[in-house]
Amino acid sequence: MKAITKLTGPILVLEQENIDTDQIIPARFLTATDFDGIGDHLFADWRFDSKGEPKPGHVLNEARAVESPILVAGHNFGCGSSREHAPHALLGFGFRVVISSQIADIFRSNSQNVGLLPVVLEADQHATLMQMDGEEITVDLEACKVIVSTADGAEHRWPFSIDPFARHCLMRGLDRLEFLNQAEDAITAYEESR
Amino acid sequence: MPAPESLFDKLWNSHVVQAQSESTPAIIYIDLHLVHEVTSPQGFDLLREKGIGVRRPDRTLATLDHSTPTLPADGHGNRPYYTEQAKRQVQTLRDNCREFGIELHDWDSPYRGIVHVMGPEMGATQPGMTIVCGDSHTSTHGAFGALAFGIGTTEVGHVLARQCLLQSKPKSMRINVEGRLPEGVTAKDLALNIIRYLGMNGGTGFVIEYAGEAVRSLDMEGRMTLCNLTIEAGARAGMIAPDETTINYLRGRERAPHGEAFDRAAEQWLQLASDLGADFDSEITLEASAMRPSITYGTDPGMSVDIGEAVPRADSLSHQKALKYMGFQGGQQVNDRKVDVVFVGSCTNGRLTDLRAAADVLRGRNIAGHVRMLVVPGSESVRRQAESEGLHETFTAAGAEWRLPGCSMCLAMNGDLVAAGETAVSTSNRNFEGRQGSGSRTMLASPETAAASAVLGRVASVSDLEPMEAG
Repeated sequence: MKAITKLTGPILVLEQENIDTDQIIPARFLTATDFDGIGDHLFADWRFDSKGEPKPGHVLNEARAVESPILVAGHNFGCGSSREHAPHALLGFGFRVVISSQIADIFRSNSQNVGLLPVVLEADQHATLMQMDGEEITVDLEACKVIVSTADGAEHRWPFSIDPFARHCLMRGLDRLEFLNQAEDAITAYEESR
Repeated sequence: MPAPESLFDKLWNSHVVQAQSESTPAIIYIDLHLVHEVTSPQGFDLLREKGIGVRRPDRTLATLDHSTPTLPADGHGNRPYYTEQAKRQVQTLRDNCREFGIELHDWDSPYRGIVHVMGPEMGATQPGMTIVCGDSHTSTHGAFGALAFGIGTTEVGHVLARQCLLQSKPKSMRINVEGRLPEGVTAKDLALNIIRYLGMNGGTGFVIEYAGEAVRSLDMEGRMTLCNLTIEAGARAGMIAPDETTINYLRGRERAPHGEAFDRAAEQWLQLASDLGADFDSEITLEASAMRPSITYGTDPGMSVDIGEAVPRADSLSHQKALKYMGFQGGQQVNDRKVDVVFVGSCTNGRLTDLRAAADVLRGRNIAGHVRMLVVPGSESVRRQAESEGLHETFTAAGAEWRLPGCSMCLAMNGDLVAAGETAVSTSNRNFEGRQGSGSRTMLASPETAAASAVLGRVASVSDLEPMEAG
């Protein structure tokens, strides 16, 4: 997994609330036994027509979409199925950060496990970002801040909270398995105590 | 006196291998790891990459369910997989289970079925356990008083390797459902009412314990339906304290303890109930007697109405979008909706009691000429028992198709699809856009409602049917 510490880039806004993982990656793309190329199918039913042709005018088909490392999505992003294919598809497409005012539990932990940074902001901060499609912002995981310059010239530094261990692993690109491996004696002791 | 603990506290505390610290999550031991073909291949790849084996194959149980065809093999034993890739995925799980010594319920197993139907039927699911699977509907197993939740593929790899997970303790919520559900109102209706109340994200960050008379009165199948749908309100796990109903269900099941060991276990299981005065971060009380047979009209499971009611007028952009996708106008009667497809099955409602309920409605009746109806048993055990009771003949005589066990049309990755623009009344768990195929429109309901809707060819509850003549 690729480390992420601080990232500056344009945001891409998807206004819809409750975007579920079936939208992010429809079930018919789950039969692969690896995650290679899965980004090509991100939001497939939104981006492509029934013949597989890109739908003109969809924001995800604009040239800037693949250049935007930060996705800002409506409230309650990533609900539904536990498919890890969802954060992999977002990563494969080119996103490194997803920002919303609520992120579903399983999607959040899956994202942290594969190197996609999930950020939850306060409703008013989120609402401000939703109006800034295409503009550049900075996400600083080290400082746990989203840094945004608004049209009135003000620079905002919005704090966000993240599980400290998830942050530690994301910043170093560490697989959490290493931590479990180090606990081997404790695991054995637990098994023997039952 | 020790502080009173909730069912969830007891399950959590008894599985902590290493406590949570300021900078690290807790390490939680996993008693049972259920595995299927879709979310496991990359987990096994991780083991190969690291050169390690499966720590506890004896605590790991695998089945084929998501990508498997529900039509039978041809004369040469070739199964009609939807794609070559689906076939390869099934073969990959077979190879992985052989390589790592995991018990797989393949096509020839008398137990093969949807992972959340098979585990309980075998008695592998037991009170007091921690249970995980790379599938969000793992919450089903909480019906037994287990802590059960869905995980991602990376975590599947972690559990295969170390039989443990890194977790921060979620918040707790208790939902008390007082009173009794009226006649004809099922566990599915109860669940849809709860999700309507909480909203599809009202449970995010929580583990939910269901309690109260209406919950206690449910049989194990009904409890599984209720816990199964917990994730549809955003909560990873739902649970119900073990009681006599739980114990009676488990007695004699293959994987459950036997003889005196069972009695000893049962005594311990009864101790798991939340102590008087146990603390919850949130507590809600609902009244069962006001609940009616319900159906979803929108594109998330929180958007449901009582059958006979009008679809609410849109009060937000996302609600408006949902109505447009479903082809509904706000204020339209939900019963007027013509139904093209009816699906009875899934880990939510694919158990024997569900099939009996649907068959009771269909017996002596025919489904409407324009309706295509699929009945898909949740497991081989369900299929065998249903066939021994003649339920399959009731279904086929009414004009429905009787299929082989699997997830089938619930997520439509095996080729059992609802066409674009068609409306399906489904006993499954998700009505998301395109869930049952690109452009498909899903309305979630109980098996009884699904069967009644198949007969009338429009959305209907059982009470909308003409009574059958006696005799």
